[in-house]
Amino acid sequence: MRMGTLEQHYKKLWNWLDERVGLAEVEKLARKKEVPVHRHSVWYYLGGMTLFLFMIQVATGILLIFYYRPSAEEAFESVKFLMAEVEFGWLIRSIHSWAANLMIFTLFIHLFSVWLLKAYRPPREITWLSGIGLMGITMAFGFTGYLLPWNELAFFATQVGTEITGAIPVIGSFLLRVSRGGEEVTGATLTRFYGFHIAVLPALTTLLIGLHLFFVQKHGMSVPPSVEQATSSKRVMPFVPNFMLRDMVGWLAALAILAALAAYLPTELGQKADPFAPAPVGIKPEWYFMFMFKTLKYLPAHILGIEGEVIGILGFGVGGLFLLLVPFLDRRTARGEQSHLFTWLAIATIVFMIVLTYLGYTEVVTQ
Amino acid sequence: MPEEVPSRNPNRRTFINWFLATSAGAFLLAVLYPVSRYLVPPPAGESTAATVTLPIKPVDVKPNSGQIFKFGSRPGILIRTPAGELRAFAASCTHLNCTVQYRSDLSHIWCACHNGHFDLNGKNIAGPPPRPLDQYIVNVRGDEIVVSKSA
Repeated sequence: MRMGTLEQHYKKLWNWLDERVGLAEVEKLARKKEVPVHRHSVWYYLGGMTLFLFMIQVATGILLIFYYRPSAEEAFESVKFLMAEVEFGWLIRSIHSWAANLMIFTLFIHLFSVWLLKAYRPPREITWLSGIGLMGITMAFGFTGYLLPWNELAFFATQVGTEITGAIPVIGSFLLRVSRGGEEVTGATLTRFYGFHIAVLPALTTLLIGLHLFFVQKHGMSVPPSVEQATSSKRVMPFVPNFMLRDMVGWLAALAILAALAAYLPTELGQKADPFAPAPVGIKPEWYFMFMFKTLKYLPAHILGIEGEVIGILGFGVGGLFLLLVPFLDRRTARGEQSHLFTWLAIATIVFMIVLTYLGYTEVVTQ
Repeated sequence: MPEEVPSRNPNRRTFINWFLATSAGAFLLAVLYPVSRYLVPPPAGESTAATVTLPIKPVDVKPNSGQIFKFGSRPGILIRTPAGELRAFAASCTHLNCTVQYRSDLSHIWCACHNGHFDLNGKNIAGPPPRPLDQYIVNVRGDEIVVSKSA
């Protein structure tokens, strides 16, 4: 009897909401959504995991704003206060820092799995473009966020990073001044990076994630060509609740790894930045910039009369443009043929990144 | 309405529901507790000094005038009565915490926010303030004015 009335109340609430929000349509959409099941299905989880880590970034980022002060005089002290005085301040900051790294890691895996499984083929080219845009934004998040504690390492990493933009021909010096908010890395740079980090980039990310998810929803999950051709019968599982629950297991795993890293390897603060002190020994960029940093180090001072650095930056620029245009350059995949060239290009990129990152971390710094 | 078909294994279902609900609850608590503790600001390192030496020279305070000084993180007001005596009070109005000022035309202390009046002893004499201003002890040591909290 009681159950009956409870059910009636629930039904009434549902009907009330349905008339106003259109719940039935959402339910129909959710029921209709299916996820293909095949031997490469595991890669479907990485995008959602990246999104989950991004949501953690939003939540912890908002919490950090409550204590952070974006000025050269106060930034370091406010983070120190947060770490030492505020209850669980060290935990919130460590989670923010570790989730950032994990997010970039899962994003890279997502990117390369999509590349290798050729999920960018028509009609999903724009989904790929929005994804590459999100990668660029995420790296910009990392670069701007790294400076905010205003410590020695961050200061010089930003010095080097912004100096590199200055080497771009024609617009380099303009970009350098815009990114630094002046000629040098100063408090003005910090304020500017803060604005980018908490306002500009989140707004852009929200927009692009919205687009990205809309396209994923519109086209459904891509089935790799090899699977598509090999089997005629298509196995699927419903998104709600089967895939969603599996997704959440993935999120829980990510959360467990994140919690362990944040608790056992809390992020350090280091020394306060001093613009008039020499650069510390062993200065390194964040790991996801390491392969570029190391490549630039290997280039000779001059190649064919042009500065080596300029060649390197142009090279990475062309590489980025190539990555963006992969769906349009890979004509064979678009025609439904096998495209070994693009598979090997993806593998070569992965190997290049891993090897140079490894070399970057194992070099003897004093030589 | 047709009766729900009873689950074939109600114990198992009940256990799983209980297990999921407690796990979700524990997880939620594990997130909400640190966040709520985090949001409560730690006690500020407020200056507890009971004495402050003012950056004002006694000769610079004319009779029938007053000025604001810093007492720790709070404002104080130093006045010289028309009779020539130096006095100091907490400058936070006892009504709603605005900072008071000395009115030479009225020869007493006044709060601009809600028209509160205090006499030269800091006593609330008109307007909404419910209590007198806290009085400090003023000592002149040669060229310096030293203000200290009473007791």
